Amino acid sequence: MSTERTLRGKVGIAGVAETTYYKRGEAPDAEFKLALEAIVKACASAGISPTEIDGFSSFSNDRSDASRLAAALGIKDLRLANMQWGGGGGGGSGAIANAAAAIATGQAECVCVFRALAQGQFGRFGQGPQRNTIGGDMAHTIPYGLMSPAQMFAMKVNRFMFEHDVDQHALRAISLASYHHAQNNPRAVMYGRPLDEEKYDHSRWIVEPFHLYDCCQENDGAAAMILVSADRLKDFDHPPCYLLGAVAGSHHRAGASVHNAPDYATSAFKPLAPRLYDMAQVSASDVDVLQSYENFTGGVLMSIVEHAFCEPSQCNEFFCLDNLVSDGGRLPLNTSGGNLAECYMHGLGLNIEAVRQVWGESTNQVKDAKVSMVISGPMVTPVSACIFGSEATV
Amino acid sequence: MSDHYLQPGLPKPVPTPDGLDAPYWQGLKENKLLIQRCSSCQRFQWGPEWLCHRCHSFELSFEEVQAEGLIYSQERIWHPVHPALKDQGPYIVVLVELPEADNVRIVGNLLGDPEQAIPFGNKVRGVFEHHDEEPAHTLLQWELA
Repeated sequence: MSTERTLRGKVGIAGVAETTYYKRGEAPDAEFKLALEAIVKACASAGISPTEIDGFSSFSNDRSDASRLAAALGIKDLRLANMQWGGGGGGGSGAIANAAAAIATGQAECVCVFRALAQGQFGRFGQGPQRNTIGGDMAHTIPYGLMSPAQMFAMKVNRFMFEHDVDQHALRAISLASYHHAQNNPRAVMYGRPLDEEKYDHSRWIVEPFHLYDCCQENDGAAAMILVSADRLKDFDHPPCYLLGAVAGSHHRAGASVHNAPDYATSAFKPLAPRLYDMAQVSASDVDVLQSYENFTGGVLMSIVEHAFCEPSQCNEFFCLDNLVSDGGRLPLNTSGGNLAECYMHGLGLNIEAVRQVWGESTNQVKDAKVSMVISGPMVTPVSACIFGSEATV
Repeated sequence: MSDHYLQPGLPKPVPTPDGLDAPYWQGLKENKLLIQRCSSCQRFQWGPEWLCHRCHSFELSFEEVQAEGLIYSQERIWHPVHPALKDQGPYIVVLVELPEADNVRIVGNLLGDPEQAIPFGNKVRGVFEHHDEEPAHTLLQWELA
């Protein structure tokens, strides 16, 4: 029996799917129905019956309860019901890590990682609370008008841009890359709605340094993935897609309240990135394509720096559209359109796109993509990341 | 309310029911900035917690420090995400570090022209902004020193 403590090559992806992606409030279906639709479609992608699922793993306090899902789908033997702590999209790859750990250790055989979100049916993330009083951590920020995610994270990004002399055009390039790729992806909410430099430059400020197009969308929909043991991957129609590594966590006192994390101007990946590369046995230069969670472009920029794709001092040169496109870019980025231009499904769409790249099924396919990486949820705590690989990588 | 930086109608701060940060809010009402300090290792920490994160002592007090600091980070907000700020126009939020208190940071508004340049590292001085409407409370704002 192996005692090697790693997820590398032990688990793979059998199927992926999403519902139609909608603008916030435009989904015709309830959030729980969206979850069921995505899960049933992901099973169809894998060629299995939904009753073969024996575990659920999600994040960000998903409201679609695992036991209700199991009852609705007629699952006979539920073995895993797992939730990664933390709001935002920091748990996307963490939910995959948890599912994979359960499979690798024999706790479950076939785990569905999913996220369902109807910001129309439930509350919006981008709005402040409307109540008379506020206590706790938020009492120290909301009365000063600091209350939305954009406002919380602009404070970090401004400090980073000050420390490293980063220009606005570096953020713009990240936004342009997402919109560029979305124009080839019919699933993308921004399909047919291209963005250029002039349109970006003239868009309104949300909070400096974020223009409108630096901010993720608010959407309705659901996404799901089916994970199985690697030795079963040959039973499925898709080319094998292995999980090479997955990590989650936070840096020292990342959760200290009122913006008191000692290392402040960070995407929160400094301790995670070396662990990820170590488990996956790859380095940044081996990564063929990257999906990096855009809550806001500034978080993508810091994530890419902290995963050693670019030195902080090189941001102004590195972040240009030509470097980030699927067709010949140095680091193809957010090739489905990502959270900015495909859909904000709390980032699980990024994991699905990373798998499609390994399968050779992306709408912006990177030639011979073998190592496909996802960075989930910068600037929140905990954050997570994972790397998928083709048969050639294991 | 011309003597208040932001338009009225935002949620008003109240101490947590468990009392953890009550001395801080009471101090502001008395024009004092009180920051949590460990009675064992003598270091300051913020936000308030039941335990010293350095030495794990539960013996913590609130000590007065001068309302003087440095702009650690800043942002100019344009898009209102709360109805109370619908007609506010741009406003500035600063993250101020307090050198006298082991560089802990607190959040406030930078008084003055909302479109002014906001220099990182600049010294700022606290201004206690009292609100009489129920529940009465005090915010700590900042001006360039």
